[in-house]
Amino acid sequence: MGRKVIPLSGNHAVAYAAKAVDVDVIAAYPITPQTAVVEKLAEFVANGELDAEFIHVESEHSALSAVVGASAAGARVFTATSAQGLLLMYEIMHIASTMRLPVVMSIATRAISAPINIWCDHSDFMAASDTGWVMFMALNAQEAHDLTVAAYRIAEDPEVELPVAVGYDGFWLSHTVEPVEVLDTDEALKYAPKRYRRYVLDPERPITMGPLASPDWYFEFRVQLHEAVEKSREVILRAFDEFGRSFGRTYRPVDGYYTEDATVVLISMGSASGTALAYVEEARRSGVKVGLVNVRQFRPFPEEELYKHVERAGVVAVVDRAINSGSAFVGPLYSDVALTFFKRGFDIPVLDFVVGLGGRAVTRRDFDEITRRSLAYLGKRMRDVKQHYAFIGVRE
Amino acid sequence: MAKLPGWRELPRGAVILEPGSSVRYKTDSWRVLRPVIDQERCIRCRICWTYCPEPAIIEVEEPYTTKTGRAYRISYRIDYDYCKGCGICAEECPVKAITMIEEVV
Repeated sequence: MGRKVIPLSGNHAVAYAAKAVDVDVIAAYPITPQTAVVEKLAEFVANGELDAEFIHVESEHSALSAVVGASAAGARVFTATSAQGLLLMYEIMHIASTMRLPVVMSIATRAISAPINIWCDHSDFMAASDTGWVMFMALNAQEAHDLTVAAYRIAEDPEVELPVAVGYDGFWLSHTVEPVEVLDTDEALKYAPKRYRRYVLDPERPITMGPLASPDWYFEFRVQLHEAVEKSREVILRAFDEFGRSFGRTYRPVDGYYTEDATVVLISMGSASGTALAYVEEARRSGVKVGLVNVRQFRPFPEEELYKHVERAGVVAVVDRAINSGSAFVGPLYSDVALTFFKRGFDIPVLDFVVGLGGRAVTRRDFDEITRRSLAYLGKRMRDVKQHYAFIGVRE
Repeated sequence: MAKLPGWRELPRGAVILEPGSSVRYKTDSWRVLRPVIDQERCIRCRICWTYCPEPAIIEVEEPYTTKTGRAYRISYRIDYDYCKGCGICAEECPVKAITMIEEVV
């Protein structure tokens, strides 16, 4: 079977990926804030294209709980959600990671209520970033497809055994249609084969999963999780390399564009990076030395890879699509970027620009404004920055 | 106490490989009040056995004859290794044959 390029929304691109890796169990809450990803999977199961159990549950809390149970029993599992649904999954996310269950979930990233808003930002994704999951953010529908396939190889790697989340921007990617090269089941399974797992629930060999751990035991298991997340860094790189060899598209934890000689480096995540790149190419033509880093891997945060692209810069502008109000950092992406610099004693102005909350469009003009405001700090140091953050595209 | 294993040595994800290992975890230290059964007053109704959430009430084949001459073929004992001292047995006993007395360390 050859690969084919078909027009797909981000949602359907993810559904085709879950089908390609032949998932065994899917559990999902079927209504808002759900997206068409599980609707398509339900269709695949109903018409016999995918041999899987599809469990309709009464909440996202139950959806993730159901796949946690199925994963504990050794199944390859999938679930998907967004926004409030992800928040409802939050407590189970920690359980999946510390129990070391290779659950894969897609997140069409959306704003969190209130006010009620179903459109894109990264508030939901960022709220889940302390759960011990490996987390990726796709740049386009093709990446949403590819990263979902890669997620299974990474999650089920015996050195990792961790849940993986693949984010892709709500609406901008989830509901717009792009040409996507779809992997077929044979090649996807060759790349991400279902693997033997040492600990699964089996009546023939009874074990206990998810027990109580008293103060004498708990701390050790949280350290195990921490070490596994750190270990995943090299496994992810190997999985991306193998993906490139198998399918011709090589991903990295971050992408750098024009960063070698850039005086201002923009750092962005998700579909806005596509707009940012269009801006950067335009600005380069008029002589503005601006570069771009797209962050694809958010957890574990790729400090080394990111730093290589910014260590020659004069100013760094982080573009955040979420707010952590009351924190010292304001934007969540900013906190990781700023600490990456701080740990290396790198003292240039690092600015934070919060954009595009609740589905507001992020345009090339916004990136132009961000770049101009950043250039004003060229030659200065962090302590010269009076206010390190600004909101772009908001009405005063 | 023996040295506990470090995080590298423990089974991944807090899996417990030995079935039924929780019986080795004695919960007697949780107890503040200790139930004591008065075998004279006990009418062997089994209500304490039914209600005990642990279960830490044990039915034993131990004949007992009260001073008034009533003979029973069985008796109830408390498993003090696991009794947490919740007092449900004393509360439910219809003849007040169970008294909660203070644990003395």
